[in-house]
Amino acid sequence: MTTAPVTKKSIFKRPEKPYVHPYFGGVVLGIVLFLAFFLTGNGLGSSGATSRIDALIVDAISPSHVDNNPYLLKMAGGDKNPLDDWIVPVFFGALLGGFTSGLLNGRLKIMTTKGPNISNRTRWLMAFLGGVLFLYGARMARGCTSGQALSGGATLSAGSWAIMFAIFGGAYGLAYFVRKLWN
Amino acid sequence: MNFPLPEFIAVSAANPWTYVLFGVIGFAFGFTLEMSGFGDSRKLAAQFYFTELTVLKVMFTAIVTAMVLLFGAVSLGILDFSQVWVNPTYLWSGIVGGLIMGIGFIIGGFCPTTSLASASTGKIDGMLFMLGGFVGAFLFGETEPYFTNWYNNAGYFGRVTLDQVFNLPIGVVVLLVVLMALFMFWGAEQLERIIGKKDMSREPKIRLVGAGVLFVFALAVVFIGTPSLEEKYQKVIFTRTETIPQENADPIINTYTYSADEMLSKRLVFITPAEAFKAKYNQAMNPIYIDVRPEADFNLYHIEGAINIPEERIEEVVPILLTEPTANSVFILMSNDETAAVRAWKKLVASSLTNSYILEGGINNWIAFFGKDDESLQPNPKAADDQLAYIFPAALGSRYESCDPSPIEYENLEFEAKIKLQLKRDKSGGGCG
Repeated sequence: MTTAPVTKKSIFKRPEKPYVHPYFGGVVLGIVLFLAFFLTGNGLGSSGATSRIDALIVDAISPSHVDNNPYLLKMAGGDKNPLDDWIVPVFFGALLGGFTSGLLNGRLKIMTTKGPNISNRTRWLMAFLGGVLFLYGARMARGCTSGQALSGGATLSAGSWAIMFAIFGGAYGLAYFVRKLWN
Repeated sequence: MNFPLPEFIAVSAANPWTYVLFGVIGFAFGFTLEMSGFGDSRKLAAQFYFTELTVLKVMFTAIVTAMVLLFGAVSLGILDFSQVWVNPTYLWSGIVGGLIMGIGFIIGGFCPTTSLASASTGKIDGMLFMLGGFVGAFLFGETEPYFTNWYNNAGYFGRVTLDQVFNLPIGVVVLLVVLMALFMFWGAEQLERIIGKKDMSREPKIRLVGAGVLFVFALAVVFIGTPSLEEKYQKVIFTRTETIPQENADPIINTYTYSADEMLSKRLVFITPAEAFKAKYNQAMNPIYIDVRPEADFNLYHIEGAINIPEERIEEVVPILLTEPTANSVFILMSNDETAAVRAWKKLVASSLTNSYILEGGINNWIAFFGKDDESLQPNPKAADDQLAYIFPAALGSRYESCDPSPIEYENLEFEAKIKLQLKRDKSGGGCG
């Protein structure tokens, strides 16, 4: 065990490697997506897990509230376990996968990624607000960029393509007005 | 072997490997997003200022790669497309939700899954986006009751794919999407060169080879086409379980698999008039009565609530039946006897509508059972096979008493239940739902 500190250092102080080429990343992601469909019939996703974890918390604090809310009832009503869905292991798998890639490529670092002209505090507030909005919209559209744009895009779902254009439309439409955040 | 594998369609405690499989899929997903640079919000936001179009490149490369492989596998007959989750179209909630997501994207700098890749590598903004996400999803659950009708109904078209929208063969749509993506990549590189001031001469040449391979694959999908109904019919497999109760022990459950032809020869898909009638009053199922006889016969006499789809038009309605929203839909086919109904059943089953059954003995048997006391209906002894075996005083359609038997009079009917509901997944089960 005497070598442990050395090992630790060599893992965490790895030189930061550059990101892979976007087309290469895309091909790998496409193969992962295809295999998901091929083996399980389901695509990729994550935002569904967010509401399922929410449902678990609400169910633990106030089960009667779940019974009065049809949306939560579907996931956590009665003796249903809201975490009993394929999207939950995908969610936790994605957290672990992101961590592992960061670890192997020397990108594990406590930091804030932001535009050059805003403070950390502004960035944190905006990230939080963006998260609130994004997941609100994702639940309304029944899926996010992964569950709709990516998975629905590959299966040629008409609604998913409409959602994909709406996401890009919303972001491009507002981009000019919030350019201070990023440039 | 027919994919996807039924035991992997949903996670289940009975099969713990399913958790591992979905966990591995998620791991690969998160890993790929992180290594593509999606843990950094600046890289994502740059998409919307045209300086770096990584988001578009990764996303569309992934979409076209998966699409070409997926429809390639469908063409080769190894993947059953009707078992692949296709996000149902809820047009208006989708578009409004999409616009809100876009706003969240440009303000927050992430989308949900990229925020996981970001948070897990120590980015504080990624963690806060995730946290905000929990709040946003919670708020949606709290506010959904106020617009639940709009959310569940506005612009609902069910399972509809682009080939149906544009009325093109699916291979052609695959090819067009590939061409569109390649054009977008070309445009993205021009933008990066002009606005992002990027030196594109250092981009790897192999990407052109990749574009060529993609194009050739898409062409192959066009030319192979999709498997014929006959080929699909031969591959359909039914499972039926038999439960044998045991004293002082768990019951023994035997599972049998049958081909479609065996289901017919063992008469496992023929349901008695009594069962067909009772299905209407069974809360667990949503029976759809499909009368495949010619319109003239239908006008003479038909079961109340039946829809008339003459046999030769049954293939046209398959896409509509596939989008039949509830998972507990049961299709009950009927002709005068059984011949035409059996032919129609084969077509439906080949199209993966395996919750399809045939009315045993057809309309003639229905009349013999429910209409035996109706003196206005006289038997016609000269009727040939699959012709109406009764003489009708008038074409009353469904206004004979026996067309809509009284649920009170026939409250107690005994029959051997043949309908086995196969709940593949509920409405909210697939996709990101």
